[in-house]
Amino acid sequence: MSENLKDLYQEVILDHNKNPRNFRKLEDSNRHSVGFNPLCGDKLDLYLKMDGDKIESVGFLGSGCAISKSSASVMTTVVKGKTKKEAEELLDIFSDMVTGKKQMNDQLVEDFGSLAAFSGVSEFPARVKCASLAWHTLKAALEGQNQESVCTEKED
Amino acid sequence: MDVKTLREDFPILSQKVHGKPLVYLDNAATTQKPQTVIDTLVRYYSEINSNIHRGVHLLSEKATAEYESSRHIVKDFLGAAHDREIIFTRGTTESINLVAATWGRTHLKSGDEVLITSLEHHSNIVPWQMLCQEKGAILKVAPITDAGDVVLDEFKKLLNPKTKIVALVHVSNALGTINPVKEMVGAAHDVGAVVLVDGAQAVAHLDVNVQALNCDFYAFSAHKLYGPTGIGVLYGKEKLLNSMPPYQGGGDMIREVSFQKSTYNDLPYKFEAGTPDISGVIGLAAAIRYFKQWDHHELFAYEQEIVSYATERLKQCPGVRLIGTSATKVSVVSFVMEDVHPHDIGTILDHEGLQSARVIIVRCL
Repeated sequence: MSENLKDLYQEVILDHNKNPRNFRKLEDSNRHSVGFNPLCGDKLDLYLKMDGDKIESVGFLGSGCAISKSSASVMTTVVKGKTKKEAEELLDIFSDMVTGKKQMNDQLVEDFGSLAAFSGVSEFPARVKCASLAWHTLKAALEGQNQESVCTEKED
Repeated sequence: MDVKTLREDFPILSQKVHGKPLVYLDNAATTQKPQTVIDTLVRYYSEINSNIHRGVHLLSEKATAEYESSRHIVKDFLGAAHDREIIFTRGTTESINLVAATWGRTHLKSGDEVLITSLEHHSNIVPWQMLCQEKGAILKVAPITDAGDVVLDEFKKLLNPKTKIVALVHVSNALGTINPVKEMVGAAHDVGAVVLVDGAQAVAHLDVNVQALNCDFYAFSAHKLYGPTGIGVLYGKEKLLNSMPPYQGGGDMIREVSFQKSTYNDLPYKFEAGTPDISGVIGLAAAIRYFKQWDHHELFAYEQEIVSYATERLKQCPGVRLIGTSATKVSVVSFVMEDVHPHDIGTILDHEGLQSARVIIVRCL
């Protein structure tokens, strides 16, 4: 396997793909949004339980490739307990990372932990949408666009 | 036929992808272009580029002559009765939309039925859905077996006097199934329905003869036959084409124009409004000439040999499940892998130099 591919399919990603965290519908959620990538057929239901401005708990269901599923899983682990503003800041950094706008360095890896595993995506432009789907869906849920469908094709 | 020499006709195949020799397996999406097609496009723009059917100068005469002789080549390729039954479009999708918008809008009324099959590509589903929605007609879908064959008994049961048009694929893009089109056309005609055949995936594999099939319309795209993108063909029986209103209004499709009323041109120009893709049409003819130099049976036999080999080897891979196992299929291999999404397989294969489709579809050159 080439170095690029190893960077893309890191252990963290393979692990989260195989055993996604928070992979469930939240019965007591008060926010729900649906993400859809029509080109891949990836679909994601994201549930949030907000306590005021804070994400108290988060869960997701859906199907997709290893990148999109693991990205959703990792996202749920890092945004839990964060405020809306903090989560949106993470989204911006994540977007910059997967589109190659921000180069990874040791400090970023330390700050963002498992999120940094997605830095390899920047070498695969066709897969940026897979990695970003969960985050765009999160943004919609945070903005209160309940039940609204987020479509990756609107991003272009 | 020597495959190594044949590969050399395609300049794109000599490159390396991620440091590995390119193996292009995504021919069901679009085929690569042989040098002769590329040269034809360059020659057209370098030597005779001009507008057709109107200029009184030499270049226009040359361009018009090549454009119309290309129509004749397409007519022979499809085994049509007349050149005027060949309409140039942007591709299979536009050909189908043309029929839905003209024949469909004229002939369909509330309660009528349109019959398609579960094997259809989106381009042979959505135009009919739109038409049915507009007219209050009903879209019926004939089922397929697990192997990917249309259940013929069910197909025939769905045919009835309310069925006005049957739209079916000649060769399935995803499963490779070759439909028994002649038999299906016969059954549809028995209830008085007209039949459109989507030949996008068939023309590069089968010896198509529209008169032998007796279909009413046949559509295909040049780019799946080693020709340029953005150009395609609609064949229609003359009588039907004559009875249909124009698809688009504009130059070339009219005979006389006044602000009160316009009269329309004869076939095929009635359906070719505006300046067409002249280079594309000439490029398509070059692709047909290139393709026809090979023996059709020899090509098909070689493809079948490769597809049998691929099928056997894939069956030995743990976790692989083949999709589409019809006894009569072209060289498309679709499969899924347990726990591995097709998109991930696609990325990994790409790094091995293999250009495959998202849903892995393999068509061997």
